[in-house]
Amino acid sequence: MRASPIRWLSAEVLQIAAETPRVKTIRLAVPGWRKHLPGQHVDVRLTAEDGYQAQRSYSIASPPEEDGIALTVERLEDGEVSTFLTGELRAGDQIELRGPLGGYFTWTVERGGPLALVAGGSGVVPLMAMVRHRAAQASRIPMHLLCSWRSADDVIYRDELALLAARGDGLDVTHTLTRGAPAGWRGYTRRIDREMLLEILTGPDARPIAYVCGPTPMVESTATLLVSLGHAPERIWTERFGPTGGGS
Amino acid sequence: MMGEDVFRLDGNGAAGVLQEIFAVEMTTASCTCEGCGRVSPVGALHLYGGAMGSVLRCPSCEALVLCITSGPRGHFIELRGIMRV
Repeated sequence: MRASPIRWLSAEVLQIAAETPRVKTIRLAVPGWRKHLPGQHVDVRLTAEDGYQAQRSYSIASPPEEDGIALTVERLEDGEVSTFLTGELRAGDQIELRGPLGGYFTWTVERGGPLALVAGGSGVVPLMAMVRHRAAQASRIPMHLLCSWRSADDVIYRDELALLAARGDGLDVTHTLTRGAPAGWRGYTRRIDREMLLEILTGPDARPIAYVCGPTPMVESTATLLVSLGHAPERIWTERFGPTGGGS
Repeated sequence: MMGEDVFRLDGNGAAGVLQEIFAVEMTTASCTCEGCGRVSPVGALHLYGGAMGSVLRCPSCEALVLCITSGPRGHFIELRGIMRV
């Protein structure tokens, strides 16, 4: 085990793009950055003029094949860090961050598949790094991504996911909307349940590796359902987004 | 299902503070629960956080495995069970 002391890095904001009215993707240049693994996160620290500091964790959305990193941040109304990042931050600004962090919730093509990815809302962010990494590696490892959103307006990465799925190289993407769907929507319109997992994901016989990321109740109910369907618990990786942790 | 379950996160979320303390990536290290003997990666422990610090509990029996108290003078850590890095 190699010692890897952690230190805060200064990152420059290159670009900020709106994904939805509440979600923005922030592209950063980070001098001194070590390459990350898909699924890892960073800690972001803000310091006010009076010295008050606030720190939150954010998943990395970009694959290691790209220069720099991209964070996709959802604005939470009471989130003191996310409201700044999505509301006040501008290109050219500097922010402090440390990472890459968390080797536990990671996947690379060397690990193989098939893959069963399940996201609740902005829980899709670390899974998107896996999707993009797979595409950058021109991998054909079967990958199913099931995303649960409140409404069609909340869907992030929609066009990019549609384009990647249209390649026909083994990526399937399914969205479900839990609080109403627009006219003409032909997809699922309910919370993730047993039947949906059975229909969408590779079955337990193929021993898929499952990554589940989202709000705590969604992650726990999905992981419980996967186990009840016969998926091996040691092949299910979870990342819970809570009110005080990642994504707030 | 409300209550404290909603505030439960994964040990993976404490990767930053753990690496600050141990100077190695800890979430893939395995630990053995003193209470029930379950062996888990640190990243799979249940994490409960607050303004004062973080508590990591066994995902099987919820026994305390690691407690980090943070203050202006640094971190105070209480470790139970066995950790293998």
